[in-house]
Amino acid sequence: MLNHMVQYSNARLDASFAALSDATRRGVLEQLGRADASITDLAEKFGMTLTGMKKHVGVLEQAGLVTSKKVGRVRTCKLGLHRLEKEAAWIERHRRLWESRFDELDDIVDELKRKEKVDGRKKSE
Amino acid sequence: MDARRASEPTPMKNPTTVERTSEREVVVTRLFDGPARLVFEAWTKPELFKQWWVPKSLGMSLLSCELDARTGGRYRLVYGHEGSTMEFHGKYIEVTPHSRLVWTNDESENGAVTTVTFEDKGGKTLLVVHDLYPSKEAFEAEHGMEEAMGETFEQLDDLLVTLGASR
Repeated sequence: MLNHMVQYSNARLDASFAALSDATRRGVLEQLGRADASITDLAEKFGMTLTGMKKHVGVLEQAGLVTSKKVGRVRTCKLGLHRLEKEAAWIERHRRLWESRFDELDDIVDELKRKEKVDGRKKSE
Repeated sequence: MDARRASEPTPMKNPTTVERTSEREVVVTRLFDGPARLVFEAWTKPELFKQWWVPKSLGMSLLSCELDARTGGRYRLVYGHEGSTMEFHGKYIEVTPHSRLVWTNDESENGAVTTVTFEDKGGKTLLVVHDLYPSKEAFEAEHGMEEAMGETFEQLDDLLVTLGASR
């Protein structure tokens, strides 16, 4: 599972670098860092056709750097992030919580084992 | 394993694994160096349960711990943290001694159904905690998956500053 996730992240990282290799796409990210924008706004700002901007936004979305949502006829773009990154961070937090619980549970189980041994000895005496 | 080795303290902790097996499920697995009978006892007796369920490192305490660990019984936990309290409660759907516990988490409508299984492995216990949420959205709401975004935005901000400077 972990290995699988690391590989998957690497693939996403490649996609991120590919997405960032283009000046327009970097500009779009900067723009979205200031405020959310529609594809139309972005196309205008960068002097491009709608189709051209849609393609760029598509690449950024693939890399998980941007998310977009269509409301009515307007598609609004905002900075996004990898669902997987969020998930990996959550899994690690969750794992640590359970790990510290279980470390203390180890002590309880040890204690119960010891008690049982002593009780067993008493009974056989 | 021979008896001599088993009685020595274990130098390494057993690893805890967490896996998100689907959009609405999480599975936690851990091996314990004791029979299922004892591990089960530590999950169902309040005086034992309260000693480990809230780890000291969390900075919280368990103010109240009521477990009626019988099928159909209820439980109620009250946590205290910096003067405020949080309550968790639900119902045991199934209690099968030494092998299986199933309970609901009723404090929110997004609460999971938790199934804990205890599998005896020659004096050791393989413990599996399985949480099943009503939906993917419920899982995300329950675990604040959206909150993690702030930090990553900051990282992205840094990246954009770097990119801006290099142009």
